[in-house]
Amino acid sequence: MDDSHDLTQLDPRYKSMMRLVYSIPAVLLVIASTIAEVAIPGWTGVVWVPGLLLALFLVVYLPMRRFSTRGYSLAEEQLRVVRGVMFRSDTVVPFGRVQHIDVDRGPLERMFGLATVTVHTAGSHNASVSLGGLAHEDALAMREEIRTAIRRDTQ
Amino acid sequence: MTGEAAAPRRTNPMSFAVRAVGLLAQLVVPVVLGGVAILNREGDAGFLAFAVPILIVVILLNVLVAYLQWARLTYTIGESDVRVESGVLSRSARSVPYDRIQDVSLEQKLLPRLFGLVEVKFETGAGGGDDLTLAYLSEAEGERLRELVRDRKDDEPARAPVLSGAPFVASAEMPKETKPAPQAETVFAMDTGRILTFGLFEFSLAVVAVLFGAAQQLDFLLPFDPWDVDGWQQQLAGPGQWLAGLGPVAKAAGIALAIAALVPVGIATGVIRTALREWDFRLERTPKGLRRRRGLLTRTDLVMPLHRVQALRMETGFIRRRFGWHALKIVSLASDSEGANHDAVPFGTLPEIDRVIGLTGFHRPAEDVTWLRATPRYFIDRVVGAGIALAILAIVAAIAVEEPLWILPLLAIVPIAGLGWWRWKRDRRALDQDQVYNRIGSLAPKLSIASRVKLQSVEIAQGPIARWRGYATLHLGLAGGKFRIKGVPLAQAEDWRAHICRSMAGTDFSRLLDTKGSAAA
Repeated sequence: MDDSHDLTQLDPRYKSMMRLVYSIPAVLLVIASTIAEVAIPGWTGVVWVPGLLLALFLVVYLPMRRFSTRGYSLAEEQLRVVRGVMFRSDTVVPFGRVQHIDVDRGPLERMFGLATVTVHTAGSHNASVSLGGLAHEDALAMREEIRTAIRRDTQ
Repeated sequence: MTGEAAAPRRTNPMSFAVRAVGLLAQLVVPVVLGGVAILNREGDAGFLAFAVPILIVVILLNVLVAYLQWARLTYTIGESDVRVESGVLSRSARSVPYDRIQDVSLEQKLLPRLFGLVEVKFETGAGGGDDLTLAYLSEAEGERLRELVRDRKDDEPARAPVLSGAPFVASAEMPKETKPAPQAETVFAMDTGRILTFGLFEFSLAVVAVLFGAAQQLDFLLPFDPWDVDGWQQQLAGPGQWLAGLGPVAKAAGIALAIAALVPVGIATGVIRTALREWDFRLERTPKGLRRRRGLLTRTDLVMPLHRVQALRMETGFIRRRFGWHALKIVSLASDSEGANHDAVPFGTLPEIDRVIGLTGFHRPAEDVTWLRATPRYFIDRVVGAGIALAILAIVAAIAVEEPLWILPLLAIVPIAGLGWWRWKRDRRALDQDQVYNRIGSLAPKLSIASRVKLQSVEIAQGPIARWRGYATLHLGLAGGKFRIKGVPLAQAEDWRAHICRSMAGTDFSRLLDTKGSAAA
């Protein structure tokens, strides 16, 4: 994407949150490969090394990639959400087409001070476009910005 | 008016009768089947002594429940909403503000129609088909409710803008009509001859499949076993013996005859199904929008407000196209899950379709519009993908099967590539001042027309291969339907998105629902 420099990055804490989320399967993977290593006789590291690499991929590389491929922009009264490591999607919703706005916070997001903004449109495709990993105050500011834009238009 | 309407009412008492009859009709089949099964077993007549009272109790219980449900369901046409309270053991109350009611539709199925009853459905914008329905009211009461709700909605603008936080709410009402008497002008109608012609093109062998399936399921009802080939041969052994001696030519003729016998069945099915659905089809232009009535046994009555038309779809068939017949469907905002596409002209000529299109404020693509094709890379990648899949299949076949069957998957690549190329040559898309077009299919082309202003969002999606090869799928967010264009070069996709977003940003969603904007006749 040549114009990705206009995009705002998500909050860096989102990376830490993803790391925490992915560390659960990673830890399970390490435990499982350790057990397999002990149980199966043979060269040391045949199971353990790939298991460890996969765990590192999950905890270190994937959150980094995900973080760097995601971004948003609010320029020109449009919400633009870009996401996807393998399957890229680049969605634009003009403020004038937003039906209502949700700001959601799960327990983990609250722990990291993050929030997810979801805008709903009347369209069947992209009926809701959500953007996770925003700092809570940014999410609230974004909601206000979209809401005032809508109110200005309808009056 | 409000005082008279505010009292809770019950649905028509006859609806209880309709439900009871429907219930009994449902019981007939199991009872008859059960009866046959019991009577087939000799000496079990004593069982009937138990079965009959149980059956009677079951029927009475059902009737009682139907009665209680009817008695406990009331509706109130209130000042600002429609309320329905229902439930025998657990009570539920639902309120729908007039603001949220997009339209009131009336439907008559066969049984209620005999009793002169209608099912009234209050359509709200919410997806999921969770609409408020009242079954059944008298025809007059249904009409009265429809008019009442529409009048209430028309009265809204005076006070609605106060609460304009949600644009949808503020905008759902329509300006008051100035014309005192709603006069209806017929825009399109189908007479019996047209419906029969339409039926001929709707050739269908579905009924043959159903008969086949039924024969398999219900063969215990037949006095012989239709699947007993030996039995058939014995039956034919006497007078049918001469058949066997006639040789392969006669056998082939026999098969051709059997296939020819299916043709009338297919035609009859098509004609009957079409006549049942489309009988006395009429599309009228009323002050509220396009009103469509059709159906022989189940007569439906639907109003499509013109300003809520989101997109149009034009379709045709492989053969009917040669005779100049086309169909027009309307994608409307109010409609949710079940009927996003409304048939506006199921079977008509292009001038007839143009007249309806003109009313919706849309237009067909101009002669000089610049049609674009998908990028050749998209076509090549698809053929290569199919080729790889077939090659894998051929390898598996070569390992699993001894004979040279593995060549078959490789041969299939030729027609697949040919068809893909043909499709690539014929599929096209275009963008003009106010509309987006996408035409797919070669023998029976489908053309989608969307208004640039009425779109909700634009998404550029790319899979790994598409990213490597530099093309994308353009998803346009359409209220009530899907609109996607595949194999668009990335630069073009971004260019189109910028153009469409500019059109969209110019008009707020609430303005889209103004009648002024789009009801250009």
